[in-house]
Amino acid sequence: MAEILLEGRDLKKYYPVTKGLLQRTVGWVRAVDGVSFTIEQGKTLGLVGESGAGKTTTAKAILLLEQLTSGSILFEGKEVYQFSRSQLKTEYRPRVQSVQQNPWSSMDPRMRVRDIIAEPLVVNTKQSKKQIRSRVLELLDQVGLGPADVDHYPHEFSGGQRQRIAVARALALNPSLVVLDEPVSALDVSIRAQIMNLLKDLQAQYNLSYLVIAHNLATVRYMSHSVAIMYLGQIVEYGEAEELFERPLHPYTRALISASVLTLPSDDEQEIQQIILSGEMPSPLNPPPGCRFHSRCPHVMDKCSRVVPELIVMGKQWVKCHLYG
Amino acid sequence: MVTSTEVESKQYRGITRWGRIVKNLGMILPVGVLSLLIICAIFADVIAPFPYDETSLPERRVPPAWVEGGSTKHFLGTDTLGRDVLSRAVYGARVSLSVSLLAIAITASVGTVLGIISGYTGGRVDAFIMRITDMAMSFPPLLLAILIAVSLGPGFFTVIFALSILGWSGYARIIRGEALRIRNSDFIAQAQVIGVSPWRIMLRHIFPNIQNVLIIGVTLSVGSMILAESAMSYLGIGIPPPMPSWGSMVADGRNDLDRAWWISAFPGIAIGLVVMSGNFLGDWIRDKTDPRLRQL
Amino acid sequence: MSKIILQVEGLRTYFFTRRGVVKAVDGVSFYVHEGETFGIVGESGCGKTVTGLSILRLLPEPAGKIVGGKIILDGTDLLELSKNEMREYRGSMISMILQDPMTSLNPVYTIGDQIAESVRLHQGVRDEMVKEKVISALRLLQIPSPETILGEYPFQMSGGMRQRVVGAISMSCYPRLLIADEPTTALDATIQAQYLALFKEVQRETNVAIIFITHDFGVVASICHRVGVMYAGKIVETATTRELFNNPKHPYTTALINSVPRLDQKDDRLYSIEGQPPSLIDLPPGCRFSPRCSLAREYCHEQEPPEVEISDGHTVSCWRRD
Repeated sequence: MAEILLEGRDLKKYYPVTKGLLQRTVGWVRAVDGVSFTIEQGKTLGLVGESGAGKTTTAKAILLLEQLTSGSILFEGKEVYQFSRSQLKTEYRPRVQSVQQNPWSSMDPRMRVRDIIAEPLVVNTKQSKKQIRSRVLELLDQVGLGPADVDHYPHEFSGGQRQRIAVARALALNPSLVVLDEPVSALDVSIRAQIMNLLKDLQAQYNLSYLVIAHNLATVRYMSHSVAIMYLGQIVEYGEAEELFERPLHPYTRALISASVLTLPSDDEQEIQQIILSGEMPSPLNPPPGCRFHSRCPHVMDKCSRVVPELIVMGKQWVKCHLYG
Repeated sequence: MVTSTEVESKQYRGITRWGRIVKNLGMILPVGVLSLLIICAIFADVIAPFPYDETSLPERRVPPAWVEGGSTKHFLGTDTLGRDVLSRAVYGARVSLSVSLLAIAITASVGTVLGIISGYTGGRVDAFIMRITDMAMSFPPLLLAILIAVSLGPGFFTVIFALSILGWSGYARIIRGEALRIRNSDFIAQAQVIGVSPWRIMLRHIFPNIQNVLIIGVTLSVGSMILAESAMSYLGIGIPPPMPSWGSMVADGRNDLDRAWWISAFPGIAIGLVVMSGNFLGDWIRDKTDPRLRQL
Repeated sequence: MSKIILQVEGLRTYFFTRRGVVKAVDGVSFYVHEGETFGIVGESGCGKTVTGLSILRLLPEPAGKIVGGKIILDGTDLLELSKNEMREYRGSMISMILQDPMTSLNPVYTIGDQIAESVRLHQGVRDEMVKEKVISALRLLQIPSPETILGEYPFQMSGGMRQRVVGAISMSCYPRLLIADEPTTALDATIQAQYLALFKEVQRETNVAIIFITHDFGVVASICHRVGVMYAGKIVETATTRELFNNPKHPYTTALINSVPRLDQKDDRLYSIEGQPPSLIDLPPGCRFSPRCSLAREYCHEQEPPEVEISDGHTVSCWRRD
């Protein structure tokens, strides 16, 4: 049983909605509403969901870019919100880094590659220029780029190469956890494989933990050990990747999988049984009562619109659905 | 053998070459004019044929060389005290340009610093700085200039002070807007994740990325600063005589517009040239650095 | 078998820039039947969007020019039409849906007005009839409460709904050909599934031919009858969807299919294609894919392979096709 590196307990992030001159709070956008998960050392947790599900907000909370409304983040068993400013600077931030979705905006367009990758080192360590320079070259080599690239600017590279630079930068401080928010969705199809393979190799080499956020299930399956499916601010299903994809429990998971599998047209033009959901994800400002998914669920029962489903553990998976109650 | 597509390509490139020269006139002309004036300012002692305060009572109100009654001795004529207009205009460049450029430097620096801090920090700091900026922007500048000149007495530093005390607010506004936009970029969030301190972010990430806007702002304010300085000199609260400033020269010729138009006209043209050059240059830079065009 | 409604032969579209001639589309040929969806699949920069724009003759001028080929829609060569004639074709005979629903719709006009614009332009109907036609277009795209939607603005709608409205505008005049350029890329998976199902319905009802431009093989599999794979300005393989997935012949097609992670199986390691697509200004001699091809031989680098039909409807351009 691997060690738990990071644990999120009942994370909640609500954004106030204000109206009028006096800015009264008239409601709350419940972007993240009671999310719990664990990330083990050396393993990848995939966080899947459609836009509005709250996955990016969760990632930002872990990166301390957003302040949680309630809930705790435990890093190696210690409460992150109780860390002092200097503890955060020395013990948390250097060990939790990120690679963002958009390789075109995640780097300062006015900095050269060598400065971009060196920055974490310059800011956090007292290494000499020479040491930093050699580390930069080392990192570039790790991600498959060469020493000739150091003096160029980001816009001189392709999307895939820029993501590699972003990965090199993320690794500069030898982090334990890297948060990857849609790391390949902005890249061309044939480049995605390159980057995903690179990430997996680095994970094996350095025993890195990843939190991968994606809406593409196939990407998540390829990269993750465990998966959490998010819908409207909550995790509706959670388990080991293999089991979850082979035997999905929650109706939403099944619909997502159905929408993502490569189904070939059959010879006699018969439609393959696809699960097509009706409607769209409701607004997190006014989540439906009871089970949040009931308004689109093909298996909805009377209970679903009244009672919030409990967490049900089925072997190594858990699911929040009345079908299993 | 040249294929048809090669020929077409050459034709296309040929047309755009002319187009490019025309487009770049927007930069060449203003830079040329401004450079000429700056050279006048620096090398006034060498270029001006006469000292600026050398009066010559028998030679008062001599017209420019090409008008009847004029001579090439005083190419642009003389003023009411017989002083050579050309020389005074050349020395005037020195005063007007140095005062303006210094005032621009001060206002741009103060405004930029405040704008970046305001835009990046947000919250109460932002609100506070913006309220002060609003006050500075709404205060009547000329009135304040007069008050300052009256209380401090005329002089070089009085003028600089009067021009700078309110001028920073425009920069603060613009730079703040830009800083705000950049602040929401992904790479700023990334810098925070890396652990970069806010001051370092402002200095190393925000500042270099607002430079385009700053350059445009500075270039475009050359015109208004020159006008402001000229206005002060015209009103008599600028650089005191006998040191000529274009504004004071225009004032000097005010009463002789009918019989000795050249006394006011040439300094006035000089002011106009600087204003236009600054504006054209600023527009050209703005077009060139438009991020949408850059991506093409 | 229904008739061929669109025949593209040897289409060449070049962009004349300061840095040289960009051969965005360099000899592309394909055909589409009535009521059929033809997919053009490829990565960014391969020329698929430019192909779509060329058919509509909507290239950015003066840089973009169609320098050769024929585009025959229902017997008429579009490249021979005058600009005015072509303008009449757009919207009425051919229509296009773009990727971003946010920018495809004008934010200051109501939905009703935007659909009506197309109807008025091409159908010359009286005002009373316009509203009817607008509502029928909305119904075709299964937009709920069409009468209410008429008065709404784009910002009041979700992405999926906006994309349907764009579809309604495009289909309002019942064109013979619809070109859809990555319309589902910005949509969530479940919304995309809805939308693609809708496409099929619309096609069944109106018998419109669709050219579906995408980079997503999942989309190709679910909606396209036939597919053309594009690389660096040329179509390298054409086949029915089933045939393409079961029996790909071009190394690029195979590599591309293998580099996409599958949800229904656990991949141990994805195949990743080395290198980058070539610059369209400076194309390599011979087969354009040869620098990155694992099967490439010397002759591949020297001569461009011709397009060969290897079985019914399945064409491929590759020296190593066997």
